[in-house]
Amino acid sequence: MIGIAPSSPPVIVLENLVKFFGRFAAIRGISASFAGGRLYVILGDNGAGKSTLLRIVAGLMEPSQGSFTLLGAKTVHEVAHRVGYMGHAPLLYDELSGMENLRYFAGLYGLHDDVVGRHAMQMVGLDPELTRRVGQYSQGMRQRLSLARAVLHNPELMLLDEPFSNVDVRSARDMAAILGRVRDQGKTIFVVTHQAALMEGVADELVHMAEGQIVSRAEVVRDAAANAALRTAR
Amino acid sequence: MSTLGVTGASLVKDLRMEWRSKDAINSMLFFSLLVVVIFSFAFNPTAEESRRIAGGLIWVAFLFAAVVALNQTWARELRNQVLDAYRVSPAPPNALFLAKTVGNFLFVVVLEILMAPLFVVFYELRSVGPVWQLLVVALLGTWALVVNGTFFAGLSIRTRNREIMLPLLLFPITIPALLAMVDATTSVLTGEASPDFWIKLLAVYDIVFTALCLLLFESVLNAE
Repeated sequence: MIGIAPSSPPVIVLENLVKFFGRFAAIRGISASFAGGRLYVILGDNGAGKSTLLRIVAGLMEPSQGSFTLLGAKTVHEVAHRVGYMGHAPLLYDELSGMENLRYFAGLYGLHDDVVGRHAMQMVGLDPELTRRVGQYSQGMRQRLSLARAVLHNPELMLLDEPFSNVDVRSARDMAAILGRVRDQGKTIFVVTHQAALMEGVADELVHMAEGQIVSRAEVVRDAAANAALRTAR
Repeated sequence: MSTLGVTGASLVKDLRMEWRSKDAINSMLFFSLLVVVIFSFAFNPTAEESRRIAGGLIWVAFLFAAVVALNQTWARELRNQVLDAYRVSPAPPNALFLAKTVGNFLFVVVLEILMAPLFVVFYELRSVGPVWQLLVVALLGTWALVVNGTFFAGLSIRTRNREIMLPLLLFPITIPALLAMVDATTSVLTGEASPDFWIKLLAVYDIVFTALCLLLFESVLNAE
């Protein structure tokens, strides 16, 4: 089992996780544990299994073999209200405005107060009064709103798949800073990204994946030297 | 996160999206209109003949039109993979199914209300039996179409040829209901027989298939 001496109880424990797509093994026997209150950056080439791992943990896919616990629960459904997921795609309705989207998704978590949506939109730097439909948003705005949707219900654990894809550098840096602030509130965040440099000064740990396995984990001390390592990491 | 609350929220969301895009209602309306006009010119039936064939014609038109709406319903959830956002939430899966079914039911009922005068005009329809029975048949029959249709549309959303898959799955299972709808409608229109048996059959069909769909929908939603 790959793990770093946890400072708090593990929020995710993976035990010999395997995922096959037909004959292809996308995840090959991953065992690992991840402590809470940290920001993990998952790195790796395309096809390394990063997104698949995240989708399994989010409950969107069943593992072919192995098991995992999430926030101490055996099934994701038990703790669904404590988990936030941001996918590759925005997971938003193009035909609705930003607030209409957030109002609907908040309702799925039993939150019926508009304040929740407004707060989430303001947190990611969007105007809650914006009546424009999401289909007319820029890519950066969509990603921000997608992040707002994922954090809307104040989850303890956030699983973010490529949150900075197609986002300009400034917006991406803003989003990374937001994630840092959320982590500072004691939340656990997993970010799958190819843009490791954006997580400079924010990440706590780099998790490298290759060919469906976790090949290394490196603690990041948030100082200049460690950030140099992040800049060179893929 | 009560089932009723999430059903209501999902239904309002679907109605709002349909009101803005009018994708489903426009395509259903256009399709039904074509069927009414083309069949009217092709057969040019007398009033008596019309009563005998109208039951079949009306329901086949609505069945094909409903398929158009059913595909649209789930297509919206696939765009931007929004369905994943629902799946990771603690919301009950059946709430989504119920919202989609009620939404589709409303769309098809609106279509029926808009198309009914056209059927009357083009086919010179006059009901010999009581009209309220036609309303009962229409409501039960529409529910039979949409409950299975919504379920099978959900089942086929991840298949490559979902537009073709839906009719292939839906039509065979709808045959008993279609038979009941057509015979009940013809019975009321001609006044030659009582539609009671067919109405009861439709009611039983609706209850059985609604229960089955509710039982199985969670597996459909979470299928990879």
